[in-house]
Amino acid sequence: MAITADEIKWIAHLSRLELKPDELIAASTQLSSILNYINQLQEVNTDNVEPLAHALDVSNVFREDVLKESLNVNEALANAPDRQGNFYGVPAIFE
Amino acid sequence: MSNLTSKLTEKTAAELIQIQAKGEANAETITKAFLEAIKAKDPKVKSFLLVNEESALATARSIDSRRSKGEKLGTLAGVPIAVKDNICTKGITTTCGSKMLEHFVPPYDAHVTEKLHQADAVILGKTNLDEFAMGSSTENSAYQTTRNPWNLECIPGGSSGGSAAAVAACEAPISLGSDTGGSIRQPASLCGIVGLKPTYGRVSRYGLVAYASSLDQIGTFSHDVTDTALLLNVIAGKDDRDSTCTANEVPDYTANLEVPLKPFTIGVAREYFAGGLDAEVEKSVREALDVLKSRGATIKEISLPHSAYAIATYYLVATAEASSNLARYDGVHYGHRSKDHSNLIDMYSKSRGEGFGSEVKRRILLGNYSLSSGYIDAFYLKALKVRRLIRDDFDKAFADCDVIAGPTAPTCAFKVGEKSSDPLSMYLSDIYTISCNLAGIPGISIPCGFNSKNLPIGLQLLGAPFSEEKLLRIARTYEKETPWHLKRAQIS
Repeated sequence: MAITADEIKWIAHLSRLELKPDELIAASTQLSSILNYINQLQEVNTDNVEPLAHALDVSNVFREDVLKESLNVNEALANAPDRQGNFYGVPAIFE
Repeated sequence: MSNLTSKLTEKTAAELIQIQAKGEANAETITKAFLEAIKAKDPKVKSFLLVNEESALATARSIDSRRSKGEKLGTLAGVPIAVKDNICTKGITTTCGSKMLEHFVPPYDAHVTEKLHQADAVILGKTNLDEFAMGSSTENSAYQTTRNPWNLECIPGGSSGGSAAAVAACEAPISLGSDTGGSIRQPASLCGIVGLKPTYGRVSRYGLVAYASSLDQIGTFSHDVTDTALLLNVIAGKDDRDSTCTANEVPDYTANLEVPLKPFTIGVAREYFAGGLDAEVEKSVREALDVLKSRGATIKEISLPHSAYAIATYYLVATAEASSNLARYDGVHYGHRSKDHSNLIDMYSKSRGEGFGSEVKRRILLGNYSLSSGYIDAFYLKALKVRRLIRDDFDKAFADCDVIAGPTAPTCAFKVGEKSSDPLSMYLSDIYTISCNLAGIPGISIPCGFNSKNLPIGLQLLGAPFSEEKLLRIARTYEKETPWHLKRAQIS
């Protein structure tokens, strides 16, 4: 099964991932061959099999709702590419 | 390097603890010896992305001073350790092998890092990995390719290749790694050391940079099984910050290590000896089974019929989870931001396009493709169903067997560049390790010989969930009878 360059472009857009032209070409051949390989799963009979998303049989793990110290503003913003006061700076969202 | 240095750096953690207890060397001398070894060897081996000389020496000196005052010290007091660079270390750059996190300095320690501090271990530095732990050779690191200490033309395996090579090259006696599809066991096998992936939920993932959250697990590298048990004692146990980290009791894994398990049954899956397995690897693994037989093991042939589908299942489950996990790298909160952008969406796309390497991009694309409308049933949900069948295979097998034994990797270490242009052939090098992560069970690779080119071979033992104690005892039973764990790579 082949995945076209247009499909890759669309998925890359959905993934917010800019690809260089050579990356786009390579991704299309490599992903096609990986998808061909993965397609062997279709031969497995999975009628009446429940999906297994997680190996552990745990759900709804709760803890006491107690106040604890967490990162302060300076620690939380220390790695921000663009810090503006106590906020993250981003390009304008509205024109 | 001086004789004293090489004498100390070839020791195990347990031996270094004894040496300090007897007063033959203190933590500072030991730490200096490993730092000297790193200076001498790492320009060739390239295990480390960052060496923390000053803080390592300061920690060592403070341990010596506390020891001299008779204070109670942690169980790894004065033992140097290397940490994979996807495990957060407060105030110390954690790059994940990616340009995306080149300047990322975590504001907190991972749970396991806290545990190492509490145990008074001496963190030497951060080790190289495939970018975001995606790869089997370290060739996907944005910074360097680590070399195999047994042959510098070969890869060390991956993704925890830096942590494996650091121990194999005697640059650190023990190290931490992470294993999502074999990333501890495969490099341990290729580097001739012991590597343990604990049960999913045995060790907290808090502070481990997420790749595929339902598969990721932190684990250990060491020269022998005793050190594995020592280090697992330190890192295992409940942590409220990881809701998948269970409250199951943590036994003292060293307590019964020398007591052989008798009688015990070893399952040998015929699927693990099928086509693609190197003949020399097979020979060594079969000989290892004979050794275990001579120590009282009953060998039982079993079948894991769905293991042929493990890699396909893994590359759907792991990439789907990765595409979600890596959505956090948006150029806003931390990590790389492109300087050249016209609006917010463009800033996201360019930051991610510039910050991620090609394997990471490939996996994000594959993940989002398989989750996208029209494909999710045929790919992602299908994979989750096959995942259950893989888990059922193991459950059935462990009803009759204490462990399942086989090769860790289908071949010995391959040459740098040999598989880097063909992702699928690289993926296939994880064929025996990957189903363990899908099932969430523990697995260990222990050295079981060398091929005709003096490259190490690993024996993999898999156990039922939370059976680490038994797994380690059986591994130790084998190790005691064989010389492989005593060999040390000589870097020329």
